[in-house]
Amino acid sequence: MAGTSQNGKKGDILLQVNGLKKYFPIQKGLLRRVIGYVKAVDDVSLYVREGETLGLVGESGCGKTTASRSIIRLYEPTAGQVLFRSRVLSPDGQPRMVNLLELNREQMTKVRQEIAMIFQDPINSLNPRMTVADIIAEPMVIHGKYEKGRSEEIIVNLLQRVGLRPDHLRRYPHEFSGGQRQRIGIARALALNPRLVLCDEPVSALDVSIQAQTLNLLQDLQQEFKLSYLFVAHDLSVVQHISDRVAVMYVGKVVEMADSEALYTNPLHPYTEALLSAVPKPDPLYKSERIIMQGDVADPANPPSGCYFHPRCRYAIDRCKTEAPAFRELKPDHWVACHRAEELQLRGI
Amino acid sequence: MAVAAAPLTQAKKKEIGQSYWDLVWYRFKKNRLGVLGAILLIALYGSFVALPEVISPYALENRSNFVEAPPTAIRLIDEKGQLRAPFIYGLERKIDPVRRLRTWELDTDRKYPVRLFVQGDEYKLFGLIPMNIHLFGIEADQSEQRIFLLGSDALGRDYFTRIMYGGRLSLMIGLLGQFLTLVLGTTLGVISGYYGGAVDMFVQRFTEFLSAFPNIPLFMALSAAIPVFWPPTAVYFMLTIILAFLGWGGLARQVRGLILSLREREYALAAKSFGASDWRIMFRHLLPGTMSHVIVIATLSIPGMILAETALSWLGLGLRPPLTSWGTLLQDAATIRAIRFTPWLLWVVPPILLTILTYNMLGDGLRDALDPYSGR
Repeated sequence: MAGTSQNGKKGDILLQVNGLKKYFPIQKGLLRRVIGYVKAVDDVSLYVREGETLGLVGESGCGKTTASRSIIRLYEPTAGQVLFRSRVLSPDGQPRMVNLLELNREQMTKVRQEIAMIFQDPINSLNPRMTVADIIAEPMVIHGKYEKGRSEEIIVNLLQRVGLRPDHLRRYPHEFSGGQRQRIGIARALALNPRLVLCDEPVSALDVSIQAQTLNLLQDLQQEFKLSYLFVAHDLSVVQHISDRVAVMYVGKVVEMADSEALYTNPLHPYTEALLSAVPKPDPLYKSERIIMQGDVADPANPPSGCYFHPRCRYAIDRCKTEAPAFRELKPDHWVACHRAEELQLRGI
Repeated sequence: MAVAAAPLTQAKKKEIGQSYWDLVWYRFKKNRLGVLGAILLIALYGSFVALPEVISPYALENRSNFVEAPPTAIRLIDEKGQLRAPFIYGLERKIDPVRRLRTWELDTDRKYPVRLFVQGDEYKLFGLIPMNIHLFGIEADQSEQRIFLLGSDALGRDYFTRIMYGGRLSLMIGLLGQFLTLVLGTTLGVISGYYGGAVDMFVQRFTEFLSAFPNIPLFMALSAAIPVFWPPTAVYFMLTIILAFLGWGGLARQVRGLILSLREREYALAAKSFGASDWRIMFRHLLPGTMSHVIVIATLSIPGMILAETALSWLGLGLRPPLTSWGTLLQDAATIRAIRFTPWLLWVVPPILLTILTYNMLGDGLRDALDPYSGR
C-alpha cells in the first residue's frame, strides 16, 4: 500500500498508516441495538518520514482528529495497520517496524514514550489541579523516569526552551495565557524526548500573532530534537508554512498526499483544488475565482456511493458514482484517489 | 537583616502559584456564616470528641444517691443577699407524703464553692495521659454533695457528663460513616463513570436497588442482624458500616455524572496518550476534579448520618446501653413521665440541633466557595 516504494529516498519512513478505519456504532433503543456506523475514519493511508512534517488537512468533521487519535490508540481503530519504526521495542536498540494495533497493553505503553501528542485546546488539555512542574513531569513519572534533581533540571531546561521562565514552575495553568499554556503542552510533549509528535490543531485556538510564534517554535524544536510531526490543521496557510508534505482528507478518507510544493501548485484531486481556491490571498486587486462547491459535506454515517466526493465534484462522470477510486501513486511521491486524475488539469495557487 | 529578608520572602511567595484550593480558601474566608460554622464545629468536636473527660465534672458511669435531681443552680448571691464567689447549696432528700414523691430541696446551711480545675474522677486524656483534673466542680466528698449542671438521671448520674460523652459517639458516627460513604461512593462512582458499559450498568442498577428499598425496614433488618452478644464497640462499628452502606448510592451517582463529563476533557486524553494507567487517570486526574462537589455533599449529609443514628438508637435499633450516645439519651427522655417529672433530660436536644445547624452553615459556605459559577 501507500508509501512502501518510497523507502529510503529521503528519510526512512517513521510512521506508515495503511487503510486505517474507525467506525463509531450508532446505538438505538433500550437494548442499544447497533443500527449503523459513523465512519469517522474510513480508509486513511499516509506516511511520515523521519524528520519531516506531514500536514493533515480537511474541513471540520472530516475525521482528522479521530485519525490522529486512532493512530496512538486513544480510540481503538476498527481496522487497518499503523506501522511505527520503534526503538524501545526492539531488543538491540535498532529501530524496527511494529504494528501498533497488534501490541499488547504493556508494549503500547512503552511505545508511547516515542510518540507524543499536542492537543488543540490549551485550556482543557492541562489538568487545572496540577502545577506546571507536575504537568511536564507527568510523562516521566508514568514511565518511571523521574529522578529528583536530574529530572527537575530537564524540566527547567524544557520550560526555558519553549519560552517560559523557571519561576513559572510552581504555578497553575489558569495563571497563563492561551499561548503560554500551549507552550506548556509542547514542553510536556517533549519531556520524554519522543521521535514523533502528533499535533492536533495545536494553533487553531490561538490568536494569529501567537500562532506564528508557536509555529516557529515548533519548527525550531523539530530541528533541535530531530522530531517528526503529523500536523493536523484546517488552516491551509498554517499547513503550508510548516509542512514538508500534505495529506488532504475528505469524509474519513485521504484523497491526496504530496509534497506541499507539488500539492499547492499542482493539485491532482478536485477537492484539493476547491480547498486551495478558498485560501485568501493577501492582494486587494486579486479577483477571486473561488470554486463554490455544490451541496453539503457527505454524512459519514451515510456516505454516498462510489467516490465520496462525486455529488459535489464538478468533474464527476458516471464511473465516479459507482466505483470508489483507489489511492494510487500517480507521480513519484504524489498520491491521489481520483479516477480522472490523469486527464484533469487543475489549478493550484 | 529584616530589611533584606522581606523582599526575599516576597519573591518566594510570588514563585508559588495559587492552586485551586488557595482560591477556595480565599473565598471561603469571606463567608462569615461559613467561617462561624467551621469555628463552631471545631469547638464542638474539640469539646465533645476530644475533651469530654476534662469538661465534664464526673466520670461517665459514676452513680450516686442523688437520683433524678434537678439541675443545680450556680449562685453568686447567698440567702442573706450578699455577693460571694460562685457556690451551690447542698441538696436534701425529702419525701412528699401527700404526692408520695421524692423531692430534692436546697439546704441553705451547706454551701460548696464551685472551682475551676478541681481534682476528681481519674481518667486518661486522649486515652493515654492519666489525669484527674476537671474543668469545673466542687471540692467535696462525692457522696456528700455533687454538682449537676443539667440534673441527674434515674441512676444518679450527672446528665451533663452523659451528654458530653454521648456527643463523642454521635459526632464520630457521622464522621466515620460519612468517611466510609465517601470512600465507597467515590470509588464506585469513579469506576462506574470511567469504564462505563457493563460495569456502569451493574453499579447503577445496584444503587437504584438500594435507594428503591424502604429505608427503615432495611435499617431494622440489618441492625437486628447484629448479634446481641457482640461487644458494644463492635455494634458501634457495625452500625457505622450499615449507615455508610445505605448512604453511598447517591454520592456514587453524582460522582459518576461528574466523571462522565470530566473524562472527555483533553487532559484525561493527554494523560492516556502518555501511557498513564486507568488507575492513574481515574484517581490522579479525574477524582480531584470531583472533590469540591464531593466535599459539599459530604458536609451536608453528615447531619443526616447523625440524625439517623439518633433516630435508630431512639427506636432501640441502634446503639444500646451501656453505650452512651445522644440517641440512647433521647430514649431516656422519651416517656411522659420523664417530660412531667424530669424535663431536664431533654437537654440533649440543643446539642443535636446545634451540630446540624453548624454543619449546614459550613456546607453552605463551602458550596459558595467551591462553586465556580456563583460569581461572588
